[in-house]
Amino acid sequence: MTAYLISGVSVCGADKPSDLLLYDGRIADSAEAPPETVRIDGGGLVALPGLVDLHTHLREPGREDAETVESGSRAAAMGGFTAVHAMANTDPVADTAGVVEQVWHLGQSAGYCDVRPVGAVTVGLRGQQLAELGAMADSDAHVRVFSDDGVCVSDAVLMRRALEYVKAFDGVVAQHAQEPRLTEGAQMNESAMSGVLGMRGWPAAAEEAVIARDCLLTGHVGSRLHVCHVSTEGSVELIRWAKSKGWDVTAEVTPHHLLLTDDLVATYDPIYKVNPPLRTKADVEALRAGLADGTLDCVATDHAPHPIEDKECEWEAAAMGMLGLETALSVVQQTMVDTGLLDWAAVADRMSVRPARIGRVADHGLPLAVGAPANLVLYDPGGKRIVEPKRLQSLSRNTPYRGMELPGSVVANFLRGRATVLDGQLQ
Amino acid sequence: MKHHLLSSADLTREDALLVLDTAAELLSLSDRPIKKLPTLRGRTVVNLFFEDSTRTRISFEAAAKRLSADVINFSAKGSSVSKGESLKDTALTLEAMGADAVVIRHSASGAPHRLANSGWVRSSVVNAGDGTHEHPTQALLDAFTMRRHLGDLDGRRVTIVGDVLHSRVARSNALLLSTLGADVTLVAPPTLLPVGVDTWPVQTSYELDSALDKCDAVMMLRVQAERMDAAFFPSAREYSRRYGLDDRRFRRLQEHAIVMHPGPMNRGMEISADVADSARSVIVEQVTNGVAVRMAVLYLLLGGADLSRTDPPDFDPTKAEVVS
Repeated sequence: MTAYLISGVSVCGADKPSDLLLYDGRIADSAEAPPETVRIDGGGLVALPGLVDLHTHLREPGREDAETVESGSRAAAMGGFTAVHAMANTDPVADTAGVVEQVWHLGQSAGYCDVRPVGAVTVGLRGQQLAELGAMADSDAHVRVFSDDGVCVSDAVLMRRALEYVKAFDGVVAQHAQEPRLTEGAQMNESAMSGVLGMRGWPAAAEEAVIARDCLLTGHVGSRLHVCHVSTEGSVELIRWAKSKGWDVTAEVTPHHLLLTDDLVATYDPIYKVNPPLRTKADVEALRAGLADGTLDCVATDHAPHPIEDKECEWEAAAMGMLGLETALSVVQQTMVDTGLLDWAAVADRMSVRPARIGRVADHGLPLAVGAPANLVLYDPGGKRIVEPKRLQSLSRNTPYRGMELPGSVVANFLRGRATVLDGQLQ
Repeated sequence: MKHHLLSSADLTREDALLVLDTAAELLSLSDRPIKKLPTLRGRTVVNLFFEDSTRTRISFEAAAKRLSADVINFSAKGSSVSKGESLKDTALTLEAMGADAVVIRHSASGAPHRLANSGWVRSSVVNAGDGTHEHPTQALLDAFTMRRHLGDLDGRRVTIVGDVLHSRVARSNALLLSTLGADVTLVAPPTLLPVGVDTWPVQTSYELDSALDKCDAVMMLRVQAERMDAAFFPSAREYSRRYGLDDRRFRRLQEHAIVMHPGPMNRGMEISADVADSARSVIVEQVTNGVAVRMAVLYLLLGGADLSRTDPPDFDPTKAEVVS
């Protein structure tokens, strides 16, 4: 295996540059570089532990026209990720050991990052009967994160049972918090904007009511809850409160909810249609503050590829979701680092350390120290780029950032010492 | 203005007055034995209706034909929502057929914006009602009707009553009438007012009686009985008692006040039969005026006139060539 010596790199933003030797899949003492080591000038670059995404949609099996495990893995590698969690809302649904093992094996054979399947909480995401969570946990895929994402586990009893049941194998229930009755036919954030645009609104209370209930249930049964894609100011307050009680509640925020607001919907361009919907500026500010103070544990992309025809249509007919893997780190830089809210060490914490811990992903999210697995990304925070959908690795092009200028770029990415990206090019 | 008419918000005060003044000139035509003008001869207007609305379609059709345009009626029931042809493919087809204007009616809010702004067509797009968003030509014909009875709308009080939440007519009227200087009051049960209505340029009230005393025009909106099933109000009777324009409330109106309704009416629900048929009701006249206003819109969009100019267009119906 090729050894790499990265010289003069700023590890997690440290002022003092250091050298990192990647050898035999691990970080090794840089004095022991073998001959034929490939040297990489790390000057001006930041080294972060490989990013871990708790929330991606890789669409395989079922919608291979939108994304495959391989294409999604390539996108993840280009975005600086070394591990991603693949959501269960595929076709067939990842609600059996068979499907999660298939996805896990597809990820291994693609080899660009570790693909960790998420298991469905209920059979077929129908919210009626628990899926065989234990079988998925015991499978080759070692599932620890369970979610009906896309659909809320709205039945309070079922949610309680799921939270209790996953304690047997240290699992976590990742809830898509959306009260279904309050959001029937909802198209966008319920706000002054939805009133003007004549679109069915999606009240913040529909998210917050479920989060409040789930936090109480989690405290009651002593389990682990992870809240997917938090999008409102009130949700941040509720999670802060739950944490203050000592309950094991974690939460994620997406890059798009850190940057974009619901006034974009006035274009009626479904590229901005997403679930949960884009919210207001006050929400964006609360989410940034929540991520900064750690109330929100991590950034997760909710990468949601859709074919062109599902976005080139009327808003109401369009699919919900946007791409995120290949732009996440740049958006986090723009919204959190360049604004002074987070330093690079904290970015490593929110995008690698904590999500790895929540997902119980061994070998990821570890400090970049001698002996650790060589999962790391080299990022150049200088410079700008214009986002061009055609240049993305994803099979789909539904990025809301098309034509936008974003800071920074991923220069290299290493999965257990093997380069998946070098010189900004996929290997 | 703009190449398209998608929202009442697209119209400045000058634009709106130009449309209304042009419509007034054109209305005089309808009294003549031969109603047709050659103005849009050789131009093609497509009525693209994804939603049934016979009255709006024939109004636009009559307007275009009286200006000598070629009219194509494209009833595309079943949009991409129901797996028919996509809006994009329909648009490309119309573009290939050389449409100069597309009048679109669609159940999805914003569909006319998509058609106008996605680069699929070069033609002018006129919103003939999109979902629960807007219906700007309805607002123009309402303003036109009010002007004929009340004169200048500056400072006039207009009360709009009913299902504001789901009403494209209410949205377009609230915007246009306030642009024209009128004081608009929206009256509805709290469940049927949109979130954020406090940011609109209007007053709101949950109570009808007090909003009737001083108004110059009252516009009753259609209330669909199925809203009852979604718990927007307890029963049709309760709605009618609290928000219906019955004979008792009618007597509260000022002598000169007019009664309007965009149609189709639910007689006995939001308006009593006697009120609908009273001398102060201008509901039938609204329909007549609709043709003149739509003629003005098509003329100004397709005639290439710049609606942002304040001077009248180079157009005099009395001197126009009359074709048979």
